[in-house]
Amino acid sequence: MSTVILLVITGLGLGALYFLIASGLSLIFGLMDVLNFAHGAFLAIGAYGTWWAAEYLPGAGPDGFGFLLAVAFGVAAGTLAATLVELCVIRPLYGRHREQILATVGLSLAVPALIQAVWGADPLTFPKPALVSGAASVLGVHIPKDRFLLILAAVVVFAALWLFNSRTRYGLIVRAGVQNRAMVTALGIDVRRSFTLVFAIGGAAAALAGALGGLYFGVVTPTQGLSLLIFAFIVVVIGGTTSLTGCAIASVTVGLIQQFANYYTVAGLGDIAVVIVLALVLLTRQGGLTAKKSAERVA
Amino acid sequence: MMTDTDVAAQAPGASTPGGGTTPPATGGVRGRRRPPAWAGPAAVLAVALSLPFSTLHVPGLFEGALNSPPTLHLIAFCLVLGGLATSYDLLYGRVGLLSFGHSLYFACGAYTAALLMRVVELPLLWSALVAVVGGTLLSLVLGAVSLRVNGIALAMVTLAFAQAGSILISRDPGRLTGGEEGLSLNTAMVPDAFVGVADTVNLYWVAVAYAAVSVGVVWWLTTSPVGRVWQGIRANEQRVAVLGVNPYPYKLTAFTVGGGLASLGGVVYLLVVGGVTPTITTAEFTLTLLVMVALGGAGTRWGPLLGAALYTYADHRLLQLGGSEAFTELPAWIAAPLSQPLFILGTLFVLMVFFFPGGLVALPGRVRSALRDRKDVRK
Repeated sequence: MSTVILLVITGLGLGALYFLIASGLSLIFGLMDVLNFAHGAFLAIGAYGTWWAAEYLPGAGPDGFGFLLAVAFGVAAGTLAATLVELCVIRPLYGRHREQILATVGLSLAVPALIQAVWGADPLTFPKPALVSGAASVLGVHIPKDRFLLILAAVVVFAALWLFNSRTRYGLIVRAGVQNRAMVTALGIDVRRSFTLVFAIGGAAAALAGALGGLYFGVVTPTQGLSLLIFAFIVVVIGGTTSLTGCAIASVTVGLIQQFANYYTVAGLGDIAVVIVLALVLLTRQGGLTAKKSAERVA
Repeated sequence: MMTDTDVAAQAPGASTPGGGTTPPATGGVRGRRRPPAWAGPAAVLAVALSLPFSTLHVPGLFEGALNSPPTLHLIAFCLVLGGLATSYDLLYGRVGLLSFGHSLYFACGAYTAALLMRVVELPLLWSALVAVVGGTLLSLVLGAVSLRVNGIALAMVTLAFAQAGSILISRDPGRLTGGEEGLSLNTAMVPDAFVGVADTVNLYWVAVAYAAVSVGVVWWLTTSPVGRVWQGIRANEQRVAVLGVNPYPYKLTAFTVGGGLASLGGVVYLLVVGGVTPTITTAEFTLTLLVMVALGGAGTRWGPLLGAALYTYADHRLLQLGGSEAFTELPAWIAAPLSQPLFILGTLFVLMVFFFPGGLVALPGRVRSALRDRKDVRK
């Protein structure tokens, strides 16, 4: 029983990490049809930004309030990077999806290489504040405290995104744009302005995932982003791009499956089990992600 | 979702039945009388075959003479990746399938052959045969599953399958795949002609043969009736379906042939490099393949081969330059990023997507058409 609780909570923690990455990806993909490979780069920027701030930024530090400041710095760096990428790289290529993907692929190779050039390829030890280091006891089970922080952060981001989507005018435009971009444009609203906003939000969430991923893994490496990104892609395919809730459910499912399968079978099989689930989803609910689009194709 | 961009760019050229052997992406149309179609490939093959007999020194480009083992080895490596990129272009450039799992079939070929030679101690020829058949079957099965979806979903699914393979190999099940260290070639099972440094030339022949097979198969298929349907699918899959042709088997054919060629490439890679590491299983490796293809020119005759050769060469040379003396004298903040080939290549690639869409192969055509003050042939 205690193992199950441990696995559930660590699985939720992993799912939270996936959600932070996948929510931005799915928003970007849903609205702009851009498969953003640079998302892993934003994650790496967030992680290294936080690490750098905790080491060198005055006022920030590896503990307490200083750590919060460091995370804020990392998230700001990621948001800035995402905004710049959207304005300088994605914007000139609007309407040319393939070129957009190629450009983000180029970035996804160049940015980690740049980070590696500056800070080296070796894993860097990530600072761990006293508040979240060690384990907490839940129902007699010792669980690493950083998992709770991850879950908390994901819940906060989920609530914030949900409020943004349902309560603000921009959220309305974004939701309408995901449903039918042409119609929104026809109504006289410039959807493109919300593209930058969505990219910034996605970048911020990914950078936060990078900072918290540093806590989760204990280290940061330049290529951490890409491997996490692949699972985030899987989450986006399973969850679909139309709803935030779908994305959250898919993240949690993937995280739990991975943890349980990794524990009860051979390590590494959990990662493969996720891929099998993905194949099953695609085979049974043909379309999965593109359900909306394939309906259009038939019509 | 991929189709709407392609339609705008390609529909006029591709919808004509039998729209010629050269795809529209090759750019400018030559007005004057052109040499026979076989002249170009024959000339390239002649140059490739004469290289090991040339003692020419190319200062700056290669360190030794052209037929010195290090130079031949580098060229052989470029050719292997050129053949692989051509097989990837069959999916990406010819049919318009955005697959991110091509490294899986390449790795499948390399690892299967290495394992068979190591564990079962099968001779090279049989191991190669089993590896290629295995890789082809794997791509057939996985292609049958993944091609149920289109566009970006296909990209993600293939990526996920490849990632599963990558994890499997790096986790080292049963201490078979060697984990991060990979496997070395079991030289006892390989004919002596492929082992020593002095025999690099033989490896070079194998690489030339692989590149020729890969390029030949792709060319031959694209000019066949199947290739016409591929062209149609690339331009507008919906229209092909409306015309009464089910695109699925055609796409699956391309996927399987591409996978088979890639696994053959894996075997050749194993021979040329003398081992295999998990780096060739990663998603990053597929992404570099995509970069190679787009660099040279997707869906063109020579583009993928040229792009891959240039990329591999640049990657190799930049790494050497990064360690050279002239480099260490630069200030650290310039030298550090420049010592990372991936940074330079990635940045160049992004710039290329902006300024030279269509790749290197389309460049002469673009220059020509710009000179004639005609509207650019946009890809």
